[in-house]
Amino acid sequence: MLGAFQRLGRAALDMLRKLGRANLFLLHVVTGLPTILKRFRLLIAQMYSVGVLSVLIVAVSGLFVGMVLSLQGYYVLSGFGAEQTLGVMVAASLVRELGPVVTALLFSGRAGSALTAEIGLMKATEQLSGMEMMAVDPLKRIIAPRFFAGLLSMPLLASLFSMVGVMGGYFVGVGLLGVDDGAFWSQMQAKIDLREDILNGVIKSWVFGVIVTWIAVFEGYDTVPTSEGVSRSTTRSVVYSALAVLGWDFVLTALMFGED
Amino acid sequence: MLQSRALEIWVGLFVAIGLVALFFLAMTVSNLSDLDTDEGYRIIARFENSGSLKVRSPVSIAGVRIGRVRKIWFDEDKYQAVVEMNIESQYNKLPIDTSASILTAGLLGEQYVGLKSGGADEYLKDGEEIELTQSAIVLEEVIGRFLFSKAEGAGDEGKKKQE
Repeated sequence: MLGAFQRLGRAALDMLRKLGRANLFLLHVVTGLPTILKRFRLLIAQMYSVGVLSVLIVAVSGLFVGMVLSLQGYYVLSGFGAEQTLGVMVAASLVRELGPVVTALLFSGRAGSALTAEIGLMKATEQLSGMEMMAVDPLKRIIAPRFFAGLLSMPLLASLFSMVGVMGGYFVGVGLLGVDDGAFWSQMQAKIDLREDILNGVIKSWVFGVIVTWIAVFEGYDTVPTSEGVSRSTTRSVVYSALAVLGWDFVLTALMFGED
Repeated sequence: MLQSRALEIWVGLFVAIGLVALFFLAMTVSNLSDLDTDEGYRIIARFENSGSLKVRSPVSIAGVRIGRVRKIWFDEDKYQAVVEMNIESQYNKLPIDTSASILTAGLLGEQYVGLKSGGADEYLKDGEEIELTQSAIVLEEVIGRFLFSKAEGAGDEGKKKQE
């Protein structure tokens, strides 16, 4: 009986400790910002592996998500004779929700897992300890550029996703299903607000960028330095990212769009 | 690892594509073009019932949108809804006897303020009030009234038959 409580208590304490480590870690990484500004190359190199290499998967997914949205939306809306509002439906759901969320999920699978595995392996092969021995702070030299690269890439990727999605929706809605071209765009422009919808979408994707990259680099840095440990950290990185993104999406949506 | 020049070009392209996407969303998807809600002049109108009119609902005359609703509040002295509208400054020739009514776009569409110009020689200026207004039509009330009159008619017929 007491043993069960002890295990529960230990699990809770372990979780709290990990949370504390993660927060101190984040603080330390953020103080690495001046180092990055001085050595901009590091950031550019990471922007390439985190951002540029994710463009293809994000763009292709965006295209298909937009096309499917348009197809399904048409099916429902034509029942009310309201096909004209297809553009609003596609654009609003992409810009507000699907753009940031799906991009974050893809991003954690494509870039987050790679970050975790890379950093975890660096730790397992004692490269990080080696750097410390040379008085180079690995948090500033290795982690910070990756973290900020993720932070900058996410909003760009999410915007790309939404744009390609709207294009895909346009292609299916107007090109294949015969919705009126003018109504598609004009209804969209009448209903989608720059601040309310697009800016909030960008803020959302930025928050998701912070969450996903933070989890990815922390799981890598905090890994058990064995091959099994790295493999577990990589899995955890993707799973935690997905759960955190979906959970925070609810909170952010309630805060941003909940009032009216 | 790529050569650093190629790498920088790729990153530059990536950032450019991202910014273009954002720009595209801002320009073609959203209503950036009519965001400047504080330009122009303001007029107010009082309604018995403002229906489901909202801030940023369109204000149009002859089917052309010339402004947006800026603020809606309740006047506790007169028990009326006061609607403040922002009219774009190029439309500065609305006669003072212009009338305003709250209309619905289509059967289920959103509500907007429809203006109808009068014939006066003087024009509405900033902060002035539209005197002639017509409230929003609340569908429930109309249906209620219709059913009530039907029932009344049926009741009268019933009475006649009994007699």
